[in-house]
Amino acid sequence: MKSRKRKGILARLFRVFAFRKKTAKIGLYGPPNAGKTTLANRIIHTFVDENEDMGVSTEVPHETRRAVRRGGILIDLRSKSVQNPGSHSNPDSKSKRERAKLKLDVVDTPGLATKIDFHEFMAYGLEEEEAKRRAKEATEGVIEAIKWLDDMDGVVLLMDSTEDPYTQTNIVLIGNMEARGTPVIIAANKMDLSDAAPQRIINAFPQHPVIPISALKGENMEKLYEEMARRFG
Amino acid sequence: MDLVSEERINSMGSMEKIRFVLEGVKSGNIVVLEGGLTSEEQMNLIELTMAEVSEDFPGIEMSGYPSKKGFLNMRRKARLTVIGPAKIMRTMKKEKDLISAVISAF
Repeated sequence: MKSRKRKGILARLFRVFAFRKKTAKIGLYGPPNAGKTTLANRIIHTFVDENEDMGVSTEVPHETRRAVRRGGILIDLRSKSVQNPGSHSNPDSKSKRERAKLKLDVVDTPGLATKIDFHEFMAYGLEEEEAKRRAKEATEGVIEAIKWLDDMDGVVLLMDSTEDPYTQTNIVLIGNMEARGTPVIIAANKMDLSDAAPQRIINAFPQHPVIPISALKGENMEKLYEEMARRFG
Repeated sequence: MDLVSEERINSMGSMEKIRFVLEGVKSGNIVVLEGGLTSEEQMNLIELTMAEVSEDFPGIEMSGYPSKKGFLNMRRKARLTVIGPAKIMRTMKKEKDLISAVISAF
């Protein structure tokens, strides 16, 4: 019995060291309502199951108040045709696709903020008690998101292309990732909106790759996946 | 408003600094730090702030001018950091060389 147990442990160790493929743990970070959960769902729908959701996204801020991890996602652009409305394939895209393969765990995190006022939730029609409960959970969510940073191999930082990107939470997050040497990709989300200005984000953070996307509409996703495979693979 | 000299800030440890800032802000003061806080210290400040958010204290507003990268990119200390209570600081807007804060009396 004892020797079988030892054999089992040895077999497990052998599998771990001999056959384990590197899985990158990638955190989706950003301010509330930047589209983190929408992107997480888009990734799952594209590469895992189109009926599976990682979370619910609504217009109410701090909808995600607990970090959610989904493991074992294989981003393989060789076998997937990624929906990319409005884009045209270029001659270079085939060779890029051949390299674009990445196994990852995605962590959808609560939105980072420096303030959480329960009155903001009441503006969305929540009762006072519910708003206070949600605010309390949201503060815990921010702390949880910060704690998760220690475990991340890479970060996709989502920013709303219609908003001013030069917020202190964005700057602090990027500064922390740079200090840790963790790779960052900035996804300039909501590029489909008429007042979107992804160029502002590109100008604000020239030291990091910025990919304009619409996680909701699925625009330019292939470029983001290629960059993820390149940076995090 | 508390304008805190770099000497005073440098004499404190990281946690002491963060606690000093948070206590000042919770008392209703706007704290301006010469020399500022590192990115890691600012993240710790956000974390500690969230632990203390209540109905009367919804959090902080914060802005600053980042410095150039430090040795081996390990320390990125701001040149100046402004932190205030979110309850009275309606907005804080930063441009290249100007931080504007709109403060409400209510």
